[in-house]
Amino acid sequence: MAALDTTTKVRDEDIRDGVDRETVETVQSMAGTYKHGWETDIEMEFAPKGLNEDIVRLISEKNEEPAWLTEWRLDAYRRWQTMESPDWAMLDIPPIDYQDQYYYAKPKSMVEKPKSLDEVDPKLLETYEKLGIPLKEQMILAGVEGAEGAAAEGRKVAVDAVFDSVSLGTTFKDELAKAGVIFCSISEAVREHPELVKKYLGSVVPQNDNYFAALNSAVFSDGSFVYIPEGVRCPMELSTYFRINAENTGQFERTLIIAEKGSYVSYLEGCTAPKRDTHQLHAAVVEIVVLEDAEVKYSTVQNWYPGDENGVGGIYNFVTKRADCREARAKVMWTQVETGSAVTWKYPSCILRGDDTQGEFYSIAITNNHQQADTGTKMIHLGKNSKSRIVSKGISAGFAQNTYRGLVTMHPKALNSRNYTQCDSLLIGDRCGAHTVPYIEVKNASSRVEHEATTSKVDDDQLFYCRSRGMDEEEAVALVVNGFCREVLQALPMEFAMEAQALVAISLEGSVG
Amino acid sequence: MVFPRQKLLAQKREAAEARLAPLTLPQGGKWITAAREDARARLAATGLPVKRDEYWKYTDPASLTAAQAPEAALYEADRDAMAFADTERLKIVFVDGVFDPAASDELALDGVEIALLSDAAQADLHWARDLYGALEADGQTPVERPLAAFNTAHAAEGVLIRATGKAARPISLVYRRRDAGADVLLHHVLKLEPGAELTVLEDGPAAARFNQVMEADIADGATLHHIRVQGRDHERRTVAHLFARLGAESVFKSFTLTANGAMVRNEAVIRLNGKGGVAHIAGTTVGDGAFHHDDTVFITHAAPGCESRQVFKKVLRHGAVGVFQGKILVEQPAQLTDGYQISQALLLDENAQFLAKPELEIYADDVKCSHGSTSGEIDPVSLFYLRARGIPEAEAKLLLVLAFLAEALDEIEDPDLAEELRGRIENWLRRHTD
Repeated sequence: MAALDTTTKVRDEDIRDGVDRETVETVQSMAGTYKHGWETDIEMEFAPKGLNEDIVRLISEKNEEPAWLTEWRLDAYRRWQTMESPDWAMLDIPPIDYQDQYYYAKPKSMVEKPKSLDEVDPKLLETYEKLGIPLKEQMILAGVEGAEGAAAEGRKVAVDAVFDSVSLGTTFKDELAKAGVIFCSISEAVREHPELVKKYLGSVVPQNDNYFAALNSAVFSDGSFVYIPEGVRCPMELSTYFRINAENTGQFERTLIIAEKGSYVSYLEGCTAPKRDTHQLHAAVVEIVVLEDAEVKYSTVQNWYPGDENGVGGIYNFVTKRADCREARAKVMWTQVETGSAVTWKYPSCILRGDDTQGEFYSIAITNNHQQADTGTKMIHLGKNSKSRIVSKGISAGFAQNTYRGLVTMHPKALNSRNYTQCDSLLIGDRCGAHTVPYIEVKNASSRVEHEATTSKVDDDQLFYCRSRGMDEEEAVALVVNGFCREVLQALPMEFAMEAQALVAISLEGSVG
Repeated sequence: MVFPRQKLLAQKREAAEARLAPLTLPQGGKWITAAREDARARLAATGLPVKRDEYWKYTDPASLTAAQAPEAALYEADRDAMAFADTERLKIVFVDGVFDPAASDELALDGVEIALLSDAAQADLHWARDLYGALEADGQTPVERPLAAFNTAHAAEGVLIRATGKAARPISLVYRRRDAGADVLLHHVLKLEPGAELTVLEDGPAAARFNQVMEADIADGATLHHIRVQGRDHERRTVAHLFARLGAESVFKSFTLTANGAMVRNEAVIRLNGKGGVAHIAGTTVGDGAFHHDDTVFITHAAPGCESRQVFKKVLRHGAVGVFQGKILVEQPAQLTDGYQISQALLLDENAQFLAKPELEIYADDVKCSHGSTSGEIDPVSLFYLRARGIPEAEAKLLLVLAFLAEALDEIEDPDLAEELRGRIENWLRRHTD
């Protein structure tokens, strides 16, 4: 249990039947004790402030991109100018001045790639040390050539670290290359695997998909690229760690994952940012292409700076994530633990195009103080016998607003498909809000869709089942809720489950009544 | 640079302007003219709805907003008896939207004042003056309902009912059609004084295109039951708006049976303003063929300790489309709210569609709110079970469909009325087999 700031003192009136003190304290402590709020004082190279075609060209030039990609970006930029920021989410955001941002920031020491650890800016090293990334990996993260050979202890997780606008390095590249896996920054992929990038970039999330995707398409600076060849089970988990450091700098990463026929990969994503009084912009796009029999697990622990207890500062997090299960039996699983950001606008989605494809979405979203989250998923069933499952848990405290927004659509040809959706909301305090906005579109009879949403309520049948086996109500509720919460946490890979558990650490046992 | 949202609003306003230009306000006294002008100004500001409006995502309003009502073949009345024939009631008959005194009963009932909008518009009925268009105007936020504003501005007829005690008989509004192109607006106002009790029945095809508003102000401790049967004429288009405001410990129960219709949109906008109010909105829909039915419900809990239920069941086949947009909004003072919402569709063949948006928006923490929504075909296991017990397939399906609809029909408190409606559904189902 984290120590409490005096500013997040528990009000007695927030404690009532069904919500115990520990739950309230844990939720409140999360904003009060943001652990990653420090900043690294490092010399940065910035592109001039503001956004125009020259900036887009400059970013493209810095990344040494081919002409087609520069044009692709410019096309996105021109489309973005004709678009409007979406207003349908239950988010109250003051107008964002897109000209008052830096769109490119790179540590000066990274201009020339360091040859040894001694050459690496110690402040950069310190950053990763503080973020808890092991030293062996850190050598590689800091961009030291030749460090890949050093054997890492324990379980291996390959990491791509993105610091403001650039990827600093990717670990275990040699070992992954032996398996045929490509894991590198997207800028590197553009240089070394242009055919793959050209084929798949924008094929899941087109440039004009939405306002923020268009912005990202124009100015994305870095991000991760993953290619898993046919029949390969990726030998280790892949991870990207995003860090916003520079002030007034937007981060626009772009991730592209391609899982060829019969392959498997588990991908983790984490993010943090310093505490600042001004809002910072983060608009990412993640595209996943899943081919026949392949499976991708994508897990996120989103812990951007949420702003202080008065709602000052924090990250604006506008993210478009989509997986396209293009061929038969492809499977994708999104798991997210959303605890950070002042504003979250994020709907990881699955296009279930192939027959017998499967999409899953597990989410825990916690908002406190003045945080606002509007998050959920889309399950678009196009193929026969496709299955999807949505489990969403929203917890709202303080003055926060937490919205689940989801779409389940069964197209006429998606015969015998199946969806099950469950959304639970928990409110702590009487000044916050919890909302559910599901869209359900069923266009054939043989598909079954079930949607269930409750606020502070456990399924009566499950309770009855437990009670008829001799448990008292308290025990029964604890068992059902605990089991349910674990289901979401267990969907995370082990490395993340630990972090997520520590982050969530909420006793839901006493919170439902 | 004109951005899409501005452009859309400009288009909607232009459409409203074009629609209103040839229309003059109906004759009336000072107060009603003021209310109508206000509504007209509100409509000019919001514009007419278009398919791109979020609130019309699943239902295309084009045929409801068009200058000319599409013709709808006249309904063969003898094929299907009018509802409530066996219920002792006070009948108020409208033919193509015009009051028919010969077919109606005398407009007198103990504990109730009844007036026609066309008469009252000339006189000064103080209670109607305060209500006409007021609940409709309140119901325009947070979601615009431009077709209701249009109705307030241009409806020339309707009935104004004020109940001061327990009404001896239900008041039955009967809508008949003679003109294949009738384009009808009716605007009813109901006022229930504290402790009053009233049942309002509605039945009949009304018009080729029917735009209705019913405003109901239900004071503390009053009870209003509302049962509506929307008939079987296949080409009819209807948009019906129900605006209700509930006082403390008051009860409002509304049930609608809809069988066919090319386009039916039933909106209900309910506000629970007093402690301990109860609002139940329910409906069953049976659709076959070119049928589009939309239930759009918005319930606001503004006071503590209120209960609301939304129960909607739809049985659809041969391309019929069922829409449900339901929302429970619990405002911050509305602690101890009990909100329940269920929307379910049974799709009898591959062409039917069910489109739903069941929403919760909750700002109070000590609440019990849930919603559920399901869609699927007849459960093959249940069907097999019944068939294994010697029940023919058609009969077994009928039983399962009736069982599916039962939860909604249970919302009708009067057992005779419930039985009558159940019988109507059964007849419909027997006529509409494969």
